[in-house]
Amino acid sequence: MRKLSKIGLCFFSWTILALLTACGEKGLGEDDILAYVQNTSRITWGVKADTPLFGVLDIETRQIQGFEIDLAKAITEEILGEEGVAEFVEVSSKTRVPLLKNGNIDAILATMTITEPRREIVDFSDVYFEAGQSLLVHKDSGITSIEDLDENSVVMTAKGSSSVANIRAIIPNITVLELENFSESFIALKAGQGDAVTTDNSVLYGLASQDSDYIVLDETFTNEPYGIAVNKGQENFVEAINEALETLQANGVYDELYDKWIGSIMSNNR
Amino acid sequence: MFQILNDYSSQLFEGFQITLLSSLIALVFSLILGVLLAIFQISGKKSLAIIANIYVEFFRNIPLLVVAMFFYVVVPLYGLPLSGFVSGTLGLILYTAAFIADTVRTGILAVPNGQMEAARSTGLTFIEAMRHVVLPQAFKIVIPPLGNQFISLIKNSSILALVAGFDLMYQGDIIASETFNVFDTYLLIGLIYLVLTLPMSYLMRYLEKRWATN
Repeated sequence: MRKLSKIGLCFFSWTILALLTACGEKGLGEDDILAYVQNTSRITWGVKADTPLFGVLDIETRQIQGFEIDLAKAITEEILGEEGVAEFVEVSSKTRVPLLKNGNIDAILATMTITEPRREIVDFSDVYFEAGQSLLVHKDSGITSIEDLDENSVVMTAKGSSSVANIRAIIPNITVLELENFSESFIALKAGQGDAVTTDNSVLYGLASQDSDYIVLDETFTNEPYGIAVNKGQENFVEAINEALETLQANGVYDELYDKWIGSIMSNNR
Repeated sequence: MFQILNDYSSQLFEGFQITLLSSLIALVFSLILGVLLAIFQISGKKSLAIIANIYVEFFRNIPLLVVAMFFYVVVPLYGLPLSGFVSGTLGLILYTAAFIADTVRTGILAVPNGQMEAARSTGLTFIEAMRHVVLPQAFKIVIPPLGNQFISLIKNSSILALVAGFDLMYQGDIIASETFNVFDTYLLIGLIYLVLTLPMSYLMRYLEKRWATN
């Protein structure tokens, strides 16, 4: 009897495991997302809520605000018309792809660089912003270039960010501490856990705008074209987003939003 | 899943080692600190009991993440730089000690008063009586709940992932974000945690059996 129940338990656990694995392999998003969002008249965007200038939660109004938020609203209006609703779900570099894959969000508009490995997982729209990786350092640190860092340096960034591979390509054995998000990386920098925070300059400018003791280096050592990511195989939706982006760039709305959020700060910091 | 195990074996092994090391250090020191606090609580000395009570109530009632973050980003501001591993493990020790103190205290109280009185009447001091008569009996009683604390401790060591401590969970986060295969990655990480916690379960059960018959 005991033996029998052991065999039973073994069988049971394997069944559960097999079931779970089966769930994992079956991807969502086989339906046409464009048709879906047109039906429901709402698009759910995965956005950053901890990245000043691009998407940050305003504590007083409880709304996420920033360049990417306004851009998402404008694209939603282009695709769905006046009554279209843009919904926002907070994502991090770590959670954005899983949330897209399991259908919690329709598209990612969250400072996501277009890279080849990512192209195999998601489809990207045209580039909507050109950033470049740089360093955020204390103004008295003496670091003025990536050349000032070596194998004994410690840099911080967020989990899931493409910045890790980029800096390792330049300094192979540098220690990289990966924290939950860029705000925490900045807090860790202030606590002296490392020498610099590294990621796209667009994100770093936002962090530096909160504390005048920290500066962003002018130098960039990568090109980081940002794209809007949607699930693999959603050509119709990508096309609709690209058309919307084109329209917004042609009618001046894009430039207006760019100047509102980014233009002034980038020139102020230099 | 086996693909991930194969491709990332060195990272996973590093994470496994760090989780194991952090858990072992925390286990030893939280046990020592916890037993000391428990003895303080029932020592009959009011000042010691108050200190121990404040400690237990404080650390038992705040999240472990707050303690770990405090050591990682606040303490360094006052001139004591602590790495992610050290701050995470310190947090784990202080936090778990509060729970162990409570567990051990109830164990000691469960030993009939007569044991202590009899030991004292034969001329033993309070400390000697504690060490040779009361604590050995108390430990038999607290083995099962203590086992729970140890298992929680191993699982709580995943706090290191949030302070860049390079533990198993941290490596899991990194692997998941590189492979985009969150399901298999976290399933694998879960199974590796089982490799750590199941032997602990069985060890505690074994000790319980052996000491109970003794």
